[in-house]
Amino acid sequence: MLLDVANLRVRYRTSKGPVRAVDGIDLTLEKSQVFGVVGESGCGKSTLVYAIARLLGPPFSGEIIGGQIMFQGRDMVTLAERQLRHVRWREFSVVMQSAMNALNPVLTIAAQMRDACKAHSTMSDREIEERSREVLRLVSIDPIHLHSYPHQLSGGMRQRAMIAMALLFTPDLVIMDEPTSALDVVAQRSLMMQIKELQQRLGFAVVFVTHDMSLVSHFSDRLLVMYAGQVAEFGDTRRVFDTPRHPYTRALLEAFPSIRGPKTHLLGIPGSPPDLARPPSGCRFSPRCPVARPTCHATPPRLVEVESDLVRCVLYDDAALERDPVAAES
Amino acid sequence: MSEPLIRTVGLTRHFKVGSFFSRQLLHAVDDVNFTIEPGEIVALVGESGSGKSTIARLLARVYEPTSGEIFFEGRPVAGMRSRRERLAYASEVPMVFQDPFSSINPAYRVDHGVIRAFKLHRRGVVRGDRQGEVERVFAEVGLTPPASASRKFPHELSGGQRQRVGFAQALAFRPKLIVADEPVSMLDVSIRIGVLNLMSELREREGVSFLYITHDVASARYIADRVLVMYGGHLVEEGATEDVLQRPKHPYTQLLLSAVPDPRAPLGLSDAADVGEPPRVVNPEEGCRFQPRCPLAIARCESETPLLRDLGPGRLAACHVAEPDRVGAAVTA
Repeated sequence: MLLDVANLRVRYRTSKGPVRAVDGIDLTLEKSQVFGVVGESGCGKSTLVYAIARLLGPPFSGEIIGGQIMFQGRDMVTLAERQLRHVRWREFSVVMQSAMNALNPVLTIAAQMRDACKAHSTMSDREIEERSREVLRLVSIDPIHLHSYPHQLSGGMRQRAMIAMALLFTPDLVIMDEPTSALDVVAQRSLMMQIKELQQRLGFAVVFVTHDMSLVSHFSDRLLVMYAGQVAEFGDTRRVFDTPRHPYTRALLEAFPSIRGPKTHLLGIPGSPPDLARPPSGCRFSPRCPVARPTCHATPPRLVEVESDLVRCVLYDDAALERDPVAAES
Repeated sequence: MSEPLIRTVGLTRHFKVGSFFSRQLLHAVDDVNFTIEPGEIVALVGESGSGKSTIARLLARVYEPTSGEIFFEGRPVAGMRSRRERLAYASEVPMVFQDPFSSINPAYRVDHGVIRAFKLHRRGVVRGDRQGEVERVFAEVGLTPPASASRKFPHELSGGQRQRVGFAQALAFRPKLIVADEPVSMLDVSIRIGVLNLMSELREREGVSFLYITHDVASARYIADRVLVMYGGHLVEEGATEDVLQRPKHPYTQLLLSAVPDPRAPLGLSDAADVGEPPRVVNPEEGCRFQPRCPLAIARCESETPLLRDLGPGRLAACHVAEPDRVGAAVTA
């Protein structure tokens, strides 16, 4: 097992009081697996992956207040900053959301790659130059762009350059936080194809965060649907798409029009995710849920196992349904 | 009679780029002709850099065209020179921007923009009537209760609500055409549909036309009557939405459609990954601008720029290779 997260809880201190952005998440990831994390903005997706990468320090003011993150047999939660240096980049790397902001505009691509190599290895300048060319070729950027500045590259190329940097040390895990959200559909698609192809060739695992479910449909093996800092549904990607169980998953899947099939009037998901400083009692999705029952507003649902997948909804919790008078009648 | 709301003739906009000694011309929009009818939603789709936003700014008179003309209800827009005429046009054709976080002034309450519109463009709304009119437009865009929603500051609203404020500001003008430049692309997938529904409702209730600019073909299909496809500053295909999506003529439209992620359709890695880039059209030569990326290109494409050709009722495409529908196929549509 590559990554094993158990009961992870992350808290931010804010002026409104503590906010639990990640509230008891469990997940496991095998070698060479692609893992998708989906949910709306403010559901804790990014917090989850930054916690795994231990990137929650200043300026993010988040802290891990419980749980365990076992990565390659080490607990990332207790790892000291000095030990982290040996793990970051070499064993896992992060591709940030917006390449425009994540790349330094006053340094060439070559200089930024050299920085990473110098900080995390003892490679000579020649080796670094050679490796940089190699990773650029991997993402089909002509190595003549090595000495270009970020503004000289198109949006798609910048995003690919970020991925090239993440591959400098051929890590076992690459964490990608909405890598395609700044791109238009054609560039998005070609980038997704390329990531998939590289992942299959080099065999690294991917944790992929997005708010657009259709993006991960052909891409990930396992899918985690997050809502308000918790697992709403977790399972095999194909299964989640074919037979979504949680009402939130269903709503996400039906939130946006398709270019095929009959034209239907859509409603999206009314309302917005709850304020995590004051999460609703009972099920956190219940205020927006089209099939909520009285019990949903009162008692928080358990995470139940259905055919080896997980779902946090009372509809799949037989024990809770028995106690519910409305369900017993129908 | 039957003069369209907007008609462009040979609309062209070039930008000077490069230094003094290597002066070059970037052809952002080249010889574009289209019309928008009253009460019609027209989608303008294409990649980043295809010239979509330049067209929006030409319509909003942020840029003046290098050549060509825009006719608004039959009158040439370039001829509206006095302050009164310019203000009147600006209020009839307002714009809604892509980024709801930076297009509203954070220092003012959100009704500021609406009230400003009354002061500048609708002097008939006297001071006493303003509050009622503010509440009307806020209710119209679904910000309820309008009295308290209109007194909020932008930071108190979510992205979707801020975008609704953008539409409220546009509506305050009693516009005839709203130019919406990627109004949903910065929003979460779950709330995009609400803003799209809002646009169709405004068309129904207020009879406003929309030019909806997007790179997302699926959302264009959801609300638009007609689609214009742009590539490298040229209009490459035009037609009724469903028609273009079911039977795309131009190979670029086909590429655009194949890139839309569809969870229901199977996908193999064998699907060729298109690594081409949209062109920066600097000092272009004769020839099709899509030709370097085109799977169907023939020799003629290199030497001769394809013009928009009539390919069936209401269908135009600029491609040497594209074939018109066979008569039988067109009838079943």
